Amino acid sequence: MADRSLQITAGLLALLIATLVLGTALALASQSGGASLRPADWSAIRFTITQALISTVFSCALAVPTARALMRRRFPGRQALILLMGAPFLLPVIVAVLGLLTIYGRSGLLNVALQSVGLPQISIYGLAGVVLAHVFFNLPLATRILLNGWQSIPAERFRLAETLNLPSPFRHIELPMLRATLPGAALAIFLVCLTSFVVALTLGGGPRATTLELAIYQALRFDFDAGRAALLAAIQFAICAAAVTLAARFTLPPALGAGLDRTLILHPPKHRTAFDVVVITTAALFLLLPLAAVLIEGLPALPHLPAAVWKAALRSLWMAVTSAALSVTAALILAQAVARSRSRLLELAAMLPLSASGLVLGTGLFLILRPHVRSEDIALPVTILVNALMSLPFLFRLLLPEAIVLHASYDRLAQAIGLQGRARLRYLTLPRLARPLGLGAGLAAALAMGDLGVIALFANNDQATLPLVVQRLSGAYRMEQAAAAALLLVTLSFVLFALFDLGGRRAAP
Amino acid sequence: MKPIHLALAFLSLGQMAMADAPVLNVLTYDSFAAEWGPGPAIAKGFEAECACKINYITAGDGAAVLARLKMEGAGSEADVVLGLDTTLTESARATGLFAPLASIAPNDLPIPYSDANFEPFDWGWFAFVYDNTKLTNPPKSFKELAASTLKIVIEDPRSSTPGLGLVMWVKDAYGADSANIWKDLADNIVTVTPSWDEAYGLFLKGEADMVLSYTTSPAYHLIDKKDPTKSAAPFDEGHYMQVEVAGKLASSKQQPLADQFLAYLAADAAQAVIPTTNWMYPAKTPAEGLPKGFETLIKPLKSLLYSPAEAEGQRQAAVEEWQTALSK
Repeated sequence: MADRSLQITAGLLALLIATLVLGTALALASQSGGASLRPADWSAIRFTITQALISTVFSCALAVPTARALMRRRFPGRQALILLMGAPFLLPVIVAVLGLLTIYGRSGLLNVALQSVGLPQISIYGLAGVVLAHVFFNLPLATRILLNGWQSIPAERFRLAETLNLPSPFRHIELPMLRATLPGAALAIFLVCLTSFVVALTLGGGPRATTLELAIYQALRFDFDAGRAALLAAIQFAICAAAVTLAARFTLPPALGAGLDRTLILHPPKHRTAFDVVVITTAALFLLLPLAAVLIEGLPALPHLPAAVWKAALRSLWMAVTSAALSVTAALILAQAVARSRSRLLELAAMLPLSASGLVLGTGLFLILRPHVRSEDIALPVTILVNALMSLPFLFRLLLPEAIVLHASYDRLAQAIGLQGRARLRYLTLPRLARPLGLGAGLAAALAMGDLGVIALFANNDQATLPLVVQRLSGAYRMEQAAAAALLLVTLSFVLFALFDLGGRRAAP
Repeated sequence: MKPIHLALAFLSLGQMAMADAPVLNVLTYDSFAAEWGPGPAIAKGFEAECACKINYITAGDGAAVLARLKMEGAGSEADVVLGLDTTLTESARATGLFAPLASIAPNDLPIPYSDANFEPFDWGWFAFVYDNTKLTNPPKSFKELAASTLKIVIEDPRSSTPGLGLVMWVKDAYGADSANIWKDLADNIVTVTPSWDEAYGLFLKGEADMVLSYTTSPAYHLIDKKDPTKSAAPFDEGHYMQVEVAGKLASSKQQPLADQFLAYLAADAAQAVIPTTNWMYPAKTPAEGLPKGFETLIKPLKSLLYSPAEAEGQRQAAVEEWQTALSK
């Protein structure tokens, strides 16, 4: 009974998501007649897929050793480092780009250092720069997803491997975990990179680095060719659907079973210590240096921020928390339903928002709602809803592998002792999923804090969120104040993220 | 009276007061209406003489303003649309949403400009801005720039009005030869950004020697920051202009009020606010003249500007030419 109502709720949710994502694109398509692709669109499609693939491969390939090293080693400040390394994912795009340029730009630290020792300068602009920035954004996400995977391996498995003297515990214990979590992580990263356009264009060095999202932006902003935007959005959906299907093929169901929740103490092989130290140091430097640059550039103007910034900060905070609550609820329902039914359709629905262009979603909603209500009356609810929708795929990805384990390990027991409904949620589901739930809620809140897509279309002048104020400041020469407001934004996002993440880890058994 | 009744009474009083004063909705871009933009001062000045209330509805930039208007069509709640530039006005006129202006105010633009639907409220010359402590001998033309090893950062004409202005500049100055200019400039371009603020931010960070901005940009640094290190490079070909305009919608139920606002916008009080908030030239120089510091700016001898119809006709081909030349 409980099973059926869960499936029905999940089905309705999936329908709602599909309506929002596809319905908005349809609303655009209905605005005009036919549209066809231009020759430049094909090269945009090629570039979009190429950069997303390369960025995904690099992010994942670097995340595996980083997560493994962090899992194996214990050192002072480890928890803080893990927490802090999540921050790049939360940065507003343009802030991150400016932070990266402080290190790798034409007059960045790296080039100054190279010059001082007489080496030739490197240029960040081009495909390499796009990939570098995408790895900077997504390595933390991949590392956290994998770290969660490693932490979910019951300690008993490693003990067993030791007792049996298995020649390669990696192959028998860790590899299956990777096969269960890595494709999902890769999928999320691929889809994030798919809809990138400020990074791609700014660091790509010119119109060669045109992504589909930029083409959509142009179609809606300058040409107001809604039919063309809808066509381009449809291509983005098709790529997304192909990627979801492909990732599902490579995903192995987790097969390790439950354990006794003991903290895993891996006996790290002595001879690999140096390797792990190098991996952790490199990853920490790569992720933390640009963050330090953001901090240093933002501090001077922090005391001179205009009043609008503080009001916007408060507004952003409560909107982020509301949006995270919505997103967590939806993701929990969908992940549990997929864990039970293994429905590919439900899974696709949960991942669908990642392929949606924020601009198409916003414009479509505007076209649908505008004739009935004043846009400023719905600006805040619509923004909260869209932000919840946009962070749903990440949450779903984090929850799904552990929801599958939970189902496989405890479902029969729970049914046998008649644990159901609210009691099951309280005593079984929430505690067992506390870790990914906390991390996910933190991510959702922080992502909502930083989002700029929809609010810009709906909000009137005094409904601005913090990211919108950052943009308004830098649009009026006030780059120092913009940097300070961005620092405030990053700090608040990070505090929200850290509170939820730590809360989740505390509540975990 | 119970507290709840008292509260209700106040609430209805408030609503009555609001219902009494007519509201004029002005659709404009973000940085115009922002706390630090010209919007608040102009609203305050106008409200003092109109017994009305100004409500700014905002979109990201000039192009976003037009996109929003096209989405809303005749159902738009806006009375006045403010912040389109002349590369957008033809497309805006084609919507049929704009009413003719009640009166055409005189302006001081460097080249004759008059439009039955759109009133200019400010303007500027596009220019490459540089740091005069690092670059002592700036290029004097696109050809000199292309022949140099200087690095520039520009905006994308597909997503930004200054980016589109640059493409029009090269087209107007070089006509059929413009594709070659772009080919020669390709190795000078560090990168292309989606909008003006990213490009300017990159320039201030030292990522490029020059950035496409306005001849008035150095005035911001000089007046607001007491920083004289930024200059604009005069080009022999002349400088393309951006003219920002306002118009009223035919669907507005506040026609006389809209006319009154447009007249206020063209007069001294509002025009005097423009230079140090929008960092552009006022369409009509106010009686007290320009703020101190503006006299240090370069004054191009030749101004370039396509008529709105020419600009609309050139736009797509010019942008495609730009894209092809830079994609090789």
